[in-house]
Amino acid sequence: MKAVWRFGGLAVGCAVLLTAQPLNRLTAQDTTAGKQVYQKWCAGCHGESGAGDGVASKRMIPPPRDFTGAVYQIRTTPSGQLPTDADLLRSVDEGLPGTAMPGWKMRLSDRDRRDVVAYIKTFSTFFGDTAQRPQVLQFGKEPGGGTGDEALRVGRQFYDSIGCRKCHGDMGRGDGPSAPTLKDDAGHPIFAADLHQNWRFNGGPTTSDIYQRLRTGLDGTPMPSFSDLLEQKFLTETELWRVAEYVRSLSPNEAPVVRDVIHAPLVTRGLPRAPDDSSWKGADTYWFPLVGQVIRKSRWFAPAVNGVWVSAVHTADSIALRVTWDDRSQSPTPDWLGHVGRVLATLQADDSTAEAPALWPDQVAVQFPVAIPVGMERPYFLMGSPSNPVYQWRWTSSSRDAAVAGLARGIERFDSLPRSGVAARAVYDHGQWRVVFTRALASSDTASQLPFRNGRAIPVAFFAWDGSNGEHGTRMAISTWYFLALDQPVPARVFISPVLAMMLTLGLGLVVIWRAQRKTSYRRQQ
Amino acid sequence: MKGRIFSVVGGMLLLTVCSKGAAPAREPSAGPTPPASTNPPSAAPAPASASGSAAGGTITGKVKFTGTPPRMATIDMSEEAACKAKYPSPPKDEAVVAGAGNTLADVFVYVSAGLPANAKYQAPAEAVVLDQNGCRYHPHVLGIMVGQKLEIKNSDPLLHNITAVAKKNRGFNVSQPNAGMTRDVTFSAPEVMVNLECNVHGWMKAYAGVRPDPFYAVSGPDGSFTIKGLPPGTYTIEAWHEKFGTQTATVTIAGTESKTANFTFAAH
Repeated sequence: MKAVWRFGGLAVGCAVLLTAQPLNRLTAQDTTAGKQVYQKWCAGCHGESGAGDGVASKRMIPPPRDFTGAVYQIRTTPSGQLPTDADLLRSVDEGLPGTAMPGWKMRLSDRDRRDVVAYIKTFSTFFGDTAQRPQVLQFGKEPGGGTGDEALRVGRQFYDSIGCRKCHGDMGRGDGPSAPTLKDDAGHPIFAADLHQNWRFNGGPTTSDIYQRLRTGLDGTPMPSFSDLLEQKFLTETELWRVAEYVRSLSPNEAPVVRDVIHAPLVTRGLPRAPDDSSWKGADTYWFPLVGQVIRKSRWFAPAVNGVWVSAVHTADSIALRVTWDDRSQSPTPDWLGHVGRVLATLQADDSTAEAPALWPDQVAVQFPVAIPVGMERPYFLMGSPSNPVYQWRWTSSSRDAAVAGLARGIERFDSLPRSGVAARAVYDHGQWRVVFTRALASSDTASQLPFRNGRAIPVAFFAWDGSNGEHGTRMAISTWYFLALDQPVPARVFISPVLAMMLTLGLGLVVIWRAQRKTSYRRQQ
Repeated sequence: MKGRIFSVVGGMLLLTVCSKGAAPAREPSAGPTPPASTNPPSAAPAPASASGSAAGGTITGKVKFTGTPPRMATIDMSEEAACKAKYPSPPKDEAVVAGAGNTLADVFVYVSAGLPANAKYQAPAEAVVLDQNGCRYHPHVLGIMVGQKLEIKNSDPLLHNITAVAKKNRGFNVSQPNAGMTRDVTFSAPEVMVNLECNVHGWMKAYAGVRPDPFYAVSGPDGSFTIKGLPPGTYTIEAWHEKFGTQTATVTIAGTESKTANFTFAAH
């Protein structure tokens, strides 16, 4: 009886699964329930009426999706077609990396997410139009051999020939000749993706994700579909896969992980003062994410610099610290003035008077406490306070081979110090700044200019400004406190002691065994 | 017991799927209803009034503007040598194309009201061609019927992408990195205008006036236009210009006569 029950249930289950419609349709969706989920979790950004005009929308670039037009970036369907339910659910589940849209898979139940997808579709009449049924593209499988040099060479060749470089640039950092003019369909400013940061790709980081975006395009943005190249036989599928593989190869194998302590090893060959000195190759690189400064007015919600790579080394008497970050523009440049205007028009400013676009430089600041703190107490991370200032090195692109050191006493006050002894050298190379700061370890002004010491955790923080994104003053990208440690050369005893200890243990063990064996044989003899 | 649970779960799954199947049917069509004339025009027989566009009334006119012609910016094509080479002198932006005596070209003139509500018109079989040549669209402004083919082709040996920004129609964004590539598209709903843009070359813009009827025209370099074959009636004629906005006129057609409708925009 039990078996019959079980079999019956199984059969019904199978029948249901088999008769279920195509993959792109989902099971039960309830728009009424979906509306409740939407109003609670989505409307703040996407707006009550789905027009992408929620209260938070004026603080975002890119702005939230306007559902009324039913134009969606992440699809498995050709450009111009609606997304499938599965496509919409994917964006809800995973979010859109690189934007303000988080993934909801862990926050909302399966049911809630499906219901909200059903509700989102009610904002546009296109979904009710039977003539608009989407057709899923066949993407095929990635051909083999994609990671070899020859495959990447082919990928690079087509990257150039099909014009990727026009927006994404020669090295893929989103700094192509057309990059400053890009707008989305609604006229908002939009960056060409920095192809070295696949963890921020809206549609996912994998080669397969990239290939799909090449095929479908990102509707509503300047990124077109390249499917016609295949249909009209200008490119083979393998060649387009090679482009995707090449693009994937530009980013690290894994998204960078934040490590709190920058280790600055001791180098004996002399301090690397130039950004591309070969000594830097041996130094480890640390990634620190930056976020918009949204604490003090005027706040900044759309920073262009989303992180810095930092390396540091020291000699017996000096330190060199290299800060590297991707920046699409070498500011100040009139080429990007239009972009600045669009950014300022899109973001709601804190000030009542709207600011006019101007030519601002790129900047970076490295921040330390005035002295290495005893205990856990550190100055306020956001540029100290009037009573507890911080010591900063500042660099600006309008004077690229120099640096200023000074004391910041809060975000609005910076007093530069004379005879700071801080030098800087910078290069701008295809969408990337590399700036090296150097200084003596010792300081003649120990009251305000931090003396560096070996073997101590020295707090450090970073700030960056992209002038061609309208950033200056308090409008910047900031980090929290991290640490810098000047590694001492490891004394020989560190290596010898464990070996000695092991040998001693082994010797003692042997003695014990030998004695035990002697005892046993003695007893046997008796 | 276990088996019972399993079958209950199976039953629930069945219920879920069933209710899912019913969902689209009772889904209320929220928001604005789609335009009435989204029916495929090819399926509808042309009414007698519109058959043979040679018959019926004609509206002709001239489009002019008052004030000083705005100075059009020179387009910097230095990034695209292949395009730059196609011009003896640096090309200018096409937002305002003025002729002698302040005539205005590229004005889309169409019947915005007055046709019988139930009239349906067959889309012509021949395609409207939009050519990308010299990093410009040819034509800059075009009229097209719902369901009529728009053939977009690339005559430049470099990447263009064609973004259609539309509200009543589906927008799209396709690339044409090679000379000789073509793409056929159709529009499903009337819309004035569908914007066509190239994101690679920010200056490239074209406008497609999508109409459910064949009664439209684009003014030529001398500002003149002609709309033929109108059945008797009183019509609102709208003239759309990229920069100067829209103007309307009312024209009554009694038979096979020719009526004049001139438009004058104010330059700003």
